[in-house]
Amino acid sequence: MKRREFFRTSFGAGIAAGAALSLGGYDKLWAAAPGNAKYDMIAIMGGNPDAMFDLAIQELGGMETFVKKGQKVLVKPNIGWDVVPDLAANTNPLLVKRIIEHCFKAGAKEVYVFDHTCDNWVNTYKNSGIEKVAKAAGAKMVPGNSENYYQQISIPGGVKLKSAKVHEILLDTDVFINVPILKDHNSTRMTASLKNTMGIVWDRGYWHSNNLHQCIADYALFERKPALNVIDCYNVMVKHGPQGVSKEDVVQMKSQILTTDWVAGDTAAAKMLGVDPQKIDYIPIAHKMGIGNMNLDNLNIKRIKM
Amino acid sequence: MTSSFLRKFRIAFSAIIFICFLAVFWDFRSLIPEKFINYLLFLQFVPSAIKYIDIKTMAAGGFIVIILLTLLSGRTYCSFLCPLGIGQDINSRIGGKIRKKFRRYGFRRPHTIVRYSILALTLGIAVFSGVYVLILLDPYSIFGRFMTYLGKPVILVINNFLANILGRFDIYTLSHVEIKGFKLIAYIVPVVFAVLVGILSFIKGRLYCNMICPVGTLLGLISKISLYRVKFNESKCTKCGRCSLRCKSSCIDFLNYDIDVSRCVDCFNCIDTCPEKALSYSLLGTKSKAPEETKADEGKRRFIKGSLLMLLGISSYARAQEKTVPVPRKESTVKEPRTSPVCPPGAGSIEFFTRNCTACSLCITACPNKVLQPATGQYGLAGFMQPVMDYHKSFCTYNCTVCTEICPTGALKPLMLEAKKLTQIGKVNFIKDNCIVKTEKTACGACSEACPTKAVYMIPYEGNLVIPETNQEICIGCGHCEFACPVTPYKAIFVDGNPVHQAAKKPENKESDITTPVEFPF
Repeated sequence: MKRREFFRTSFGAGIAAGAALSLGGYDKLWAAAPGNAKYDMIAIMGGNPDAMFDLAIQELGGMETFVKKGQKVLVKPNIGWDVVPDLAANTNPLLVKRIIEHCFKAGAKEVYVFDHTCDNWVNTYKNSGIEKVAKAAGAKMVPGNSENYYQQISIPGGVKLKSAKVHEILLDTDVFINVPILKDHNSTRMTASLKNTMGIVWDRGYWHSNNLHQCIADYALFERKPALNVIDCYNVMVKHGPQGVSKEDVVQMKSQILTTDWVAGDTAAAKMLGVDPQKIDYIPIAHKMGIGNMNLDNLNIKRIKM
Repeated sequence: MTSSFLRKFRIAFSAIIFICFLAVFWDFRSLIPEKFINYLLFLQFVPSAIKYIDIKTMAAGGFIVIILLTLLSGRTYCSFLCPLGIGQDINSRIGGKIRKKFRRYGFRRPHTIVRYSILALTLGIAVFSGVYVLILLDPYSIFGRFMTYLGKPVILVINNFLANILGRFDIYTLSHVEIKGFKLIAYIVPVVFAVLVGILSFIKGRLYCNMICPVGTLLGLISKISLYRVKFNESKCTKCGRCSLRCKSSCIDFLNYDIDVSRCVDCFNCIDTCPEKALSYSLLGTKSKAPEETKADEGKRRFIKGSLLMLLGISSYARAQEKTVPVPRKESTVKEPRTSPVCPPGAGSIEFFTRNCTACSLCITACPNKVLQPATGQYGLAGFMQPVMDYHKSFCTYNCTVCTEICPTGALKPLMLEAKKLTQIGKVNFIKDNCIVKTEKTACGACSEACPTKAVYMIPYEGNLVIPETNQEICIGCGHCEFACPVTPYKAIFVDGNPVHQAAKKPENKESDITTPVEFPF
């Protein structure tokens, strides 16, 4: 029932969005972004992942800004690779745990965690350390290994990606919190918020073979947008990404970026990695499509050092 | 030994063994530790014998234990330990319930020529040529194939059905598992044998074991001098013939007080059924007793349920195979120039592997990534059904050694994880003319992303683009690149098998110049 309802509303919203876009109202669309945070972005440095999140979310008015009582929340970390936490190929488990705890504190009814892993999902959930902490914090780990879990959605306005199959849990939850980890990426040069959505869809191969950068930007048009992006920059894989080979690939940056604007978040993240955001094609493409703002100077950013 | 106890003990013991085998072959969530699987498979005759010939230590001495056991007690292996034998007992029991009115058993002459010819042929070919006949006839491997190709899909269908129901309530304790299926031709062997063994056991009890099975025939020969055996007490026997009618092996010639030990599988049904207690299981030169019957309607129900689900399973197999995602895009033009199939890690070489594998399919069912598939021609006709790495289906998990740890024949030798990570089973090859970066001028890099050793890495191409480059020295041939490559019908990157496995170089890695930041760079 709920799902059908959602389809109806999203279809309507899609038409509305399409109409709005055809009239050129990109900025107005984005103005309706979820949450009424005081800042567009919090950048924090110098603490442990959980302590940094505590402070940063407080600056945004607490998790209550994004999660209302009784809501179902999807926390979507990057759990792509069957690799131990120290190698920083997956989001820091401590951070994931803390976010789940904040969600429950804000009154969330259920918190779900999932990723469409690249490696064997059972091993990846386990060895990333995320399954354990998520369950301990009371969240449910949702498998994403079978096409059966994915529902067809359409992306009005998508240039290359006009439809996709997304995981049902994204459609069944009320709030989507995107928790990527910042990493080097062999082909797109960087992965953070926008690229983390490749773990929400079933058929990534389509993206790879149909202009990857454009597909990444196109997907961000889909109306189930993240209420909040938390970019984990605690341990950062600066080369051999996104999987990494050994510890030499990792630099400890002890940072974190919280933002409601994922294009801005990725722009800041790229700079952390020392890459020119203009060279990461999907960022300028997404900016031009009105998905977010890559001009950080125009944003209200709070920088904190612990 | 008291009669009622013997039969009950046999049933209880074999039931436990059978359930263990089912669990091992159907363990799609990899819950059973490899150690347990090794214990269970230690006593399987053919795998153990093959392994022993190779490593010659008592770690593979299971078949010696079986020979000693047979010398002591006759063909107890066939009733207590052989999963195919136990399965046939269940099936013939169902057959008995359904065809109650028929006198199906009763004494018959042995198929002497047939059974000894098959034994001689199997042994001869195995010694002088290859294991291909043994692959077909090893009872454990036949059972393994039944479970892998015919049984497991049923279990997955049930799992998926339950997972779907639970999923509606947002309960994800059971997860949906995609049933990928194998090439249709791979089903021929298990289906033919399922029909053969199924019909023979349904109607004629242990006829397959006493006519075709080379292990049964061999153990039958040995049991001719066994110490313990079922015997008549001629003074008590009234020649009612009930024992003969209940003998699954049709080996009791009650008129002459003679039991053919070479065919007797020690099921003890005769002892149990004799009203005069004229039969006993005892040392060469002693006497006997007897109780009443047990019933099981459950079996019939299970069979009907099972066969219905089997139908479901097969139909969903068909569906699974249709499901390939059409991707609107230019097709690749250069066919991959493959020279050799890729055989699993731990095999050492294709030659060794194909000589030692009985295609029991345990590794195929246990592989968490489903990269192992039955060969349909990759190893030639003789290697039909032996597992081969199929990188179009999946890839070999970097952190996994499961197949090497559970192989009962030693065709795959145990590898420590660190050694496996440096075992090169094949080498990567890049076909630039098929690559999206060149043909479409857009970014991709799926192969390099997937590569665990960075044997596939990206180098600058036109403009902002980067294109793959390979380093075969550190490639281990896991096939993740080939699997990830989105190009069809020919891949732009593929792994060509190493006929003899080699050692890969350890990937070198240096610290980065990037240091811990003290200020935000924005």
